[in-house]
This record gives sequence, structure tokens and C-alpha cells, in this order.
Amino acid sequence: MAKSITQEFVKGLWDEIPPFRLVLGLCPTLAVTKSVENGLGMGVAVIFVLVCSNMLVSLLRNIIPSKVRIACFIVIIATFVIVVELLMQAYTYPLFLKLGIFIPLIVVNCVVLGRAEAFAYKNSVVRSIVDGFGIGVGFTISLVALGALREVFGSGTFFGIPVFGASFQPFTFMIEAPGAFVCLGLMLSLMNLAENK
Amino acid sequence: MREIIKMIVVLTVLSSFSGGLLAAIRGGTNEKIEYQQLVFVKGPAIKKILEGCSNDPIIDRFKIKDGDIERSFFVGVFDGKPNTVAFEGFGKGFGGDIGLMVGVNINDDKIIGMGVTTHSETPGIGSKAKTDPKFPNQFKGLAAIEPCKIKPDGGEIDAISGATVTSRGVCGGVTNAANIYKRLKPQIAEKIKEFN
Repeated sequence: MAKSITQEFVKGLWDEIPPFRLVLGLCPTLAVTKSVENGLGMGVAVIFVLVCSNMLVSLLRNIIPSKVRIACFIVIIATFVIVVELLMQAYTYPLFLKLGIFIPLIVVNCVVLGRAEAFAYKNSVVRSIVDGFGIGVGFTISLVALGALREVFGSGTFFGIPVFGASFQPFTFMIEAPGAFVCLGLMLSLMNLAENK
Repeated sequence: MREIIKMIVVLTVLSSFSGGLLAAIRGGTNEKIEYQQLVFVKGPAIKKILEGCSNDPIIDRFKIKDGDIERSFFVGVFDGKPNTVAFEGFGKGFGGDIGLMVGVNINDDKIIGMGVTTHSETPGIGSKAKTDPKFPNQFKGLAAIEPCKIKPDGGEIDAISGATVTSRGVCGGVTNAANIYKRLKPQIAEKIKEFN
């Protein structure tokens, strides 16, 4: 499987796009996609953590003993997550308030740990960085799409800007937790439909 | 044996490296985070409550010890006189604690404004306590030394429809703030004098 660097990147955008294809990392996906802004913020945080942790895991892949590799991955991931958390608090505080507990929870996001275990531990540094970036961008696209769908119908806004007239009654169900499941299911089925044609 | 030693060494080195990195970043961002918290969590409510004051209440703040807790008070200067303080109170809401800011005129003990800062109420229903100005505006002009209640409980505040528990929680928070004010009034008056 000698994929080119471009292929490593592109696979994260459709073939292995999380959380739709790799059905991983569903918890933050369902919880933070109340708006486009939240989805984008979460996505960027995940991109940063994924790229950094993939890079470091790949750099150290010959040093880390395989018996304690998961512990090492978690230490590396947790470090970068706390870095993101501190930076968010210092520079984008309103976003940090909205995402709340889901930033620290990136530590246990299966997408990040999954890429470290399944990819970065076995591949070269450059490939791992590209893979992390691709999967991260894919994750961001998913969150933004889901966030856009839920925000437009649930609050009648897009990025905080009203899109419907004043007479629009927001469909509050969409920004509650059950709406998240329904939207995710609909998007998954649409993707399968597109694939099976 | 060698394998175990290798594991221990790798994990220890990795952990201490990570600890050092985090300590450095923490040190570098600490001050910025504290300022951001004041500006974004309490700032908007403070600005709304002390609207038209001629100073920056976030800079002109002082702390008073109340038992084990240190409470922050934000001073508002109106017509050249520092005669208003804004401070925090907490009430029990539908989804957890509701934090709010209350501004009190220290000359006549009347509430000049109230604003919700932190809450976890239902979006679109209980969250109106923060977003719909009609509700907080009802608290203007109430005496800051009496407990405050919604109409069904015998008070004079109109509850938000569908969010009685939230409305009651906000009233509880204002009552909590009123109690703090009653208790600390002498110290507040003293601190305010220093601003003259």
C-alpha cells in the first residue's frame, strides 16, 4: 500500500472521514455542534492536537516500547490538549466557554488515539503529519456541516447571522441532544446513498 | 529486566518533558487568562449594570474578605462620585447554579441593575433570563436589603413563562447578593471612601 502523500491527505476528506466513515469521536461531535462556530473551533483544536501528537508519536516510534505505547500516546496527547486548552483560554475565551468540558475530553477522543495507534506508530514522520492534518480537516468539515445544519434550523442563524425572516420560529429540537442524533443519522444515510449510486 | 527499565525510563522522560512544557505555557498565559475571565464572564454584565459610568469598573475593583471567601466588588463612578458597586450572587437554577451580578447604589440601597453571568439553563427557555432584557430589568429599583421573590411566591417579579424554576433561581441569587450587601455594607462604604 504505497500511497502518495496527497492520497494520505485526501483519504481523510472522504474515504476515512471521521466521524462518518470511521465512526469514532462521536461524543464531541454530538455535543458541540450546536452552531457552526462551535464546530469550527472544536475542529481546529482537534487538527492541532492530531498533527502534533501524530508527529511526536511517529518521531518516537522506535523508542517507545510497545508494551507501554498506549500510556505514552496518552501522555503525548494529554500534553497537547492542555496546551490547546490554555491557549484557548488566553486568546479565544468566549469559544472556550462554549466548548467547555469537550476541550479536555479531546484526550479520550478515539480519533486522536486511533490515528496514533493505527497510523503514526507505523509510518514515517511526514506521512503521519499529513495523515493527522487530513483526518483533522475531515473531522472539521463534518463538524461544520453538522453544526451548520443544526444551527440554521435550530436557531435560524448561520455563524450567528440570522438567515430567515423575523417570523421564523426556531426548531429548538435541533439544538438539543436528540436533534444531534437525528442529524447525524440523516447525514450518514445521505453519504451512504451517494456512495451506493 | 532491561525491558522494564526501558519502559520506566521512556515514560519518566516523556512525562517530565510534558510537565515542563505545560508549566512554561501555564506561566506564560496565566495573567492573560485571568483578565479574559473578568472581561468575558463578568465584563458584559458589569458594563450593562453600570451603564454610563465614567470609569472602568474592571480596573477599579476591590476585594473584601467575607468569612473564608474573598469577594470582588466593582465600583461605578456616576456624576464624578463613586456611589455604586456591582458584585456577584448565586442562586439555584434548573440546570445548576446561576451566577449573576447585581449593581447597588450605596446611598439609597436600591438595585440599579442585574445581569446573569453564568448559567446552565435550557437554551431558548431558561436562558432567556440572560438574553431577554425584560426579565432582568424588573429588578431595577428594588430595595437591595429585602429578599426578592417571583409573583407566585408572593413577590413582585414576573417569572419567565415556562421557566419558573430559573426565575426563582435568579430571585434566589439576587436575595443572596442582598444578604452579602447587608452583611458587608460597613466595609463597602469604607472602601468606597478611599476612591474619593
